[in-house]
Amino acid sequence: MHRIAVRINGKAYGHEVEPRLLLVHYIREKARLTGTHVGCDTGNCGACTTLLNGQPVKSCLMLAVQANGAELTTIEGLAGNGLHQIQEAFLDKFAVQCGYCTPGMILSAYALLKANPKPEEGEIREAIEGNLCMCTGYQQIVDAIGHAARTMRMSGSR
Amino acid sequence: MIPKRFEYFCPTSLQEAISLLGTYGEEAKLLAGGQSLLSLLKLRVADPKYLIDLGRIAELAYIREPGACDAAARTDGPEGEIAIGALTTYAAIKGSRLLQGRCPLLPQTAAVVGDVQVRNRGTLGGSLAHADPAGDMPAAVLALRAELKAVGPSGERWIRAEEFFLGTFATALRPDEILTEIRVPVLKAEKAVYLKAARRPSDFALVGVAVCLKLGRDQACEEVAIGVTGVTEKPYRATGVEGRLRGRRLEPKAIEDAASAITLGVEVSESIHASQGYRSHLARVYASRALQAAR
Ligand SMILES: Cc1cc2nc3c(=O)[nH]c(=O)nc-3n(C[C@H](O)[C@H](O)[C@H](O)COP(=O)(O)OP(=O)(O)OC[C@H]3O[C@@H](n4cnc5c(N)ncnc54)[C@H](O)[C@@H]3O)c2cc1C
Ligand code: FES
Ligand code: FES
Repeated sequence: MHRIAVRINGKAYGHEVEPRLLLVHYIREKARLTGTHVGCDTGNCGACTTLLNGQPVKSCLMLAVQANGAELTTIEGLAGNGLHQIQEAFLDKFAVQCGYCTPGMILSAYALLKANPKPEEGEIREAIEGNLCMCTGYQQIVDAIGHAARTMRMSGSR
Repeated sequence: MIPKRFEYFCPTSLQEAISLLGTYGEEAKLLAGGQSLLSLLKLRVADPKYLIDLGRIAELAYIREPGACDAAARTDGPEGEIAIGALTTYAAIKGSRLLQGRCPLLPQTAAVVGDVQVRNRGTLGGSLAHADPAGDMPAAVLALRAELKAVGPSGERWIRAEEFFLGTFATALRPDEILTEIRVPVLKAEKAVYLKAARRPSDFALVGVAVCLKLGRDQACEEVAIGVTGVTEKPYRATGVEGRLRGRRLEPKAIEDAASAITLGVEVSESIHASQGYRSHLARVYASRALQAAR
């Protein structure tokens, strides 16, 4: 067993874990944050996307021990008083159907907009390349991210 | 899917990692970005008793200017080299101003590997050591005639890219060696291009061709190196094509002629996504296009 300490959404967590424990299982089962989904479990779909020190990673392709000491952000960390503007945009633009891909999509979008508040459509599409959606056909998601970028720029938020 | 149990080490220095690898030898596996190894562990294709995580060895993640390298590894070829630590991620390579300016082939290639998440974790060293027969970076390091540094208990040695890839997932690294550095030349008169044919943007290459070309007087080909991936059991140098190009002016006809030699002497792979015939065709077309673009 290994002792790990991480911060998830600003809150400190510490656990004894088996080295083979996947980060996504750590987040869901030890930290009890089930907004991070397991889709394919093979690194292809991006449903398990989490921000590791601000950068999107697939948490099913990492061991929890590899995240020791890191700062993680999951979908639960985005909403403050009310939904985050990206979440609002996903609702407004009908970018959510079954919702399975949504947390990962939103975290990828969040990382994009932090680094690039005014993305071109091509840049939006590249940012969600690692996130598969079986329902929407992507267009609504791309629209929602563009819309979120505009509302975030207008309100001067991040 | 859950990996089998293993014992986990996270050394913070290269020395420590080498001594752990020396102790546990073939029962140990090195972990870099995990973007290939984690799947193998989960599928239990790999079931090492000991896992040595290189991820905390800060001294293995860097991109250094020419001149900052110690004693040059290469004896011939273009002067000036950039040294890249094996643990450098695709994202760092893609975003490196130094590489964009002086060896743009590497960032250009890193940009088409997988997706954002894979590029944030996957490393140059991991992709070369893994030696996927359709990996993108192998094609680029072959075309750049890169030198790879391997460090083991008995010291270090340099391996030329073209001698590094031995077969599917097989390299010239010994079980007790760690790939620590990749040296690439600063490109001056050379132009370099990587073209990849894939079913979707984030997929592995059906065919990938990297070309590094130097034209001399009269637009004749003075020097050329071509790295090919996805076509056969391992990434390789298309020496047949190179031979037909040297000394010739790169008219469209000459390029077509030369490109037709791209699969010469290799057993072309077949899969549900591409028959032998289709893959050979793609290889010829992409070789032509890459040469045209580098001209
Ligand atoms: C969804 C997805 C899409 C992908 N698409 C592409 C693609 O389009 N093109 C492409 O080329 N690749 C692709 N990959 C694979 C990716 O490039 C991997 O990152 C890479 O193959 C392995 O690098 P890593 O750092 O993650 O190594 P790991 O997975 O940690 O290790 C891979 C192997 O190399 C060994 N190793 C690692 N580092 C060293 C070292 N320094 N010295 C000695 N041995 C070492 C390990 O022991 C292991 O056997 C994709 C992966 C995923 C999950
Ligand atoms: S569950 Fe991790 S990528 Fe699909
Ligand atoms: S909304 Fe169903 S997978 Fe994207």
